[in-house]
Amino acid sequence: MALSGVEIFKLLPKTNCKKCGSPTCLAFAMKLAQRQASIDACPDVSEEAKKILGEASAPPIRPITFGSGEKAVKMGEETVLFRHDKKFVNPAAFAVEIKDTLSEDEIAKVCQQVIDSEIDRVGQKLRIDAIMISNVSGDAGKLEAAAKVVAAKAAAVPVIISTTNPAAAEAAVKLFADKRPILYGANAANADAMAAIAKGNKAVLGVAASGLDELSGLTEKIKGLGVEDMVLDSGARKAKDIIEHNTLIRRAAIKKGNKAVGYPVINFMQREDSLLEGLLASVGVAKYASIIVMSSIEKWKNLALFTLRQNIYTDPQVPMQVEQKVYLIGDPKPESPLFITTNFSLTYFIVSGEIENSKVASRLAVMDCEGLSVLTAWAAGKFTASKIAQFIQESGVEKDIASKELILPGYVAILSGALEEKLPGWKITVGPREANTIPAFLKTR
Amino acid sequence: MAFTAPKETYSGKVYPVTIGTGDKAVTFGGENVLPFHSFEGVTPSRPVISTEIQDVPPADWPETVRKPYEAVSGDPVTWAKFCQDELKAQAITVRLVGTHPDRENRSPADAVKTVKDLLAAVQVPLIILGSNHAEKDTAVLVAVAEAAKDKNCIIGKAQEANYKTIAAAAMANNHKLIAMSELDINLSKQLNILITQMGFDKEKIITDPMCSALGYGIEYTYSVMERIRLAALTQNDMTMQQPLLGDVGMYVWKIKEASAPEADLPQWGALEERGIAWEAETAAALMIAGAGLLVMRHPRAIKEVENLIDELV
Ligand code: B12
Ligand code: SF4
Repeated sequence: MALSGVEIFKLLPKTNCKKCGSPTCLAFAMKLAQRQASIDACPDVSEEAKKILGEASAPPIRPITFGSGEKAVKMGEETVLFRHDKKFVNPAAFAVEIKDTLSEDEIAKVCQQVIDSEIDRVGQKLRIDAIMISNVSGDAGKLEAAAKVVAAKAAAVPVIISTTNPAAAEAAVKLFADKRPILYGANAANADAMAAIAKGNKAVLGVAASGLDELSGLTEKIKGLGVEDMVLDSGARKAKDIIEHNTLIRRAAIKKGNKAVGYPVINFMQREDSLLEGLLASVGVAKYASIIVMSSIEKWKNLALFTLRQNIYTDPQVPMQVEQKVYLIGDPKPESPLFITTNFSLTYFIVSGEIENSKVASRLAVMDCEGLSVLTAWAAGKFTASKIAQFIQESGVEKDIASKELILPGYVAILSGALEEKLPGWKITVGPREANTIPAFLKTR
Repeated sequence: MAFTAPKETYSGKVYPVTIGTGDKAVTFGGENVLPFHSFEGVTPSRPVISTEIQDVPPADWPETVRKPYEAVSGDPVTWAKFCQDELKAQAITVRLVGTHPDRENRSPADAVKTVKDLLAAVQVPLIILGSNHAEKDTAVLVAVAEAAKDKNCIIGKAQEANYKTIAAAAMANNHKLIAMSELDINLSKQLNILITQMGFDKEKIITDPMCSALGYGIEYTYSVMERIRLAALTQNDMTMQQPLLGDVGMYVWKIKEASAPEADLPQWGALEERGIAWEAETAAALMIAGAGLLVMRHPRAIKEVENLIDELV
């Protein structure tokens, strides 16, 4: 937890030598408290004071990157319990479990599903982020063999190795030594050996406990062994326990500055029923999971979960928006239709997607309404006849088109009269209400 | 080192609300903690899921959710009995969409007949919703509230434009009332205050902060619900302690993800599962944010959310 200026002052040399650029140690302490200076500016501060300050200023939940390259996953760094307070920072990663009892073909198939899982939604690329290879066979050779298939077929995908057997762990983790895998399964019985393997292979260590007491003891022990990067499994498997443990961990880290649990959380959500598994995962997305492990990744389930994660992790203060301009869809000619909408990302992507579906090259004028949807912008007085008229005139689109016709969203049909007055010489056409009928609307024109 | 669990004690609680009569009555609300936080307080009731039907056949529902009701949805009474007897619905919501002037424009007298027939046929609690046409709802809901006198139904939705008459009718006939505002905690609070100033019991209101579907603004509903619950519990704000409604089905089953065929969008996966998952996920997320009463459509989505609740309590 952050220290006050006075608490920091007590740690400084108190010589007022000014080498830090501040007139006094107290002034410097105040700057540090407000994060306007770095402790490095004081040449005389003790190593111990530095350590205390460093720990106090570290984020309450340790930032950890898992995997490498373009698909690396960032975790931790969260600062709040509720999304309305401040944007949640690093979206939960979705991982699929591959059991080492599967055949090589079956493993390759899941790898391919993971690679193919990427979709575009509202301009963001979303995907299944990781693969967990689990040693359910109990056989070290099988784990290594499965890991080899994954390393070959899904080389860029971040990997979690799940085993409690250090010998099996060692062989499998080595295959990903330069790719920051997670080695999951450090417990009271094997902590020393697992910590050594994680250190030796630059892996993040997954700590498995049964209960929060045991968990916090284990992380302290492991930290003492020199491992800094951990992910936490409290042992919670039932939805009720997951909410309880995840909430208590998050609160302890953020509100109490409890470093022993200041790490990202991994939740195991595998269920027989894929739909129920998806619902469990949505509890994890809302309530503080950093990694959610599932047993299957059907496309329909992925789409719903990706969408929920995107929604929960948007900035509550700023709606996602796109740039104001006239977008060209396909290769529009002067006689192609001209549509207008607002610059809320969701609105823009839905409408442009439907125009694309219609295969009719078009112009889509997107007006800055501070990221509000059509009806919200209208209700807020940002999507009015005079503002639209001004935007259309200033956009210069007039010189690119053959006949001055503007197609309005159906929900704001009420604007058409006033717009015709404000845009002399223009024909205002009311389009359909829902974007998914745009293709049919264009067909009948 | 032992872990010191940072538990919270809250100063407020959510009013428990009971609907229906006899041994089929159900209760939701009553907790003095955030949703499913039984580790730091009491959570006496599970969220209740009410199955939605309507007064006219669901021609506008997409195939996935029309299909399970194909054989019964031609008539609201058969439909309701199917929900109660076959699907074991805990409560039934009838949405009187057929009264909307742009739809079948059925009269208040037609609506009264539908409601009377339903009450005679089913024993589970009934939630009666208008067509969301502020003016028409006034006439329709006043008439049906009277027709259902003393059956302890929920009548809705009262909005800023029409709350006076609807609240008066609910009060005179001993019903609970849904108060709906538009995604704004202050508007929601204000409407509750206006309604209670009429003498309506604050413990008989269900707050609808307005639903939105996954992918279509759910984060707004989610956060408004979470903020309302926090105000109720941490600030003991008595105007925010009503249970919350998630009117999920109506918002989910009109969006593209619930009806676009897989052939057009192969990357979106199987259509039927997608629609069901969409409704269930929307409900699950809102339940985590604070919804104690959910109105849903697809039997499989309802069943799976019940399974999730089993794990959460
Ligand atoms: C989320 C939301 C909000 C969010 C804002 C989200 C955002 N970024 O816009 C917040 C909470 C901030 C908000 C605030 C308000 N809101 Co609001 N909000 C909604 C809600 C739930 C969803 C809006 C949304 O995201 N829709 C999805 C997008 C994609 O829809 P869309 O832009 O309209 O696009 C669709 C169509 O219009 C069409 N389309 C779009 N462009 C084009 C172009 C052409 C050419 C064509 C043919 C079609 C087309 O395609 C899209 C998909 O079909 C709606 C109700 C609902 N469920 O729809 C109310 C709603 C829009 N809000 C409403 C109101 C009144 C308000 C407020 C004035 C009141 C308040 N609560 O304070 C404020 C105003 C904001 C302000 N002062 O800053 C009303 C508007 C009523 C009306 N008819 O006038 C609505 C309809 C709720 C209601 N039933 O009363 N809102
Ligand atoms: S350099 Fe260090 S010792 Fe000198 S004034 Fe600054 S804080 Fe004090």
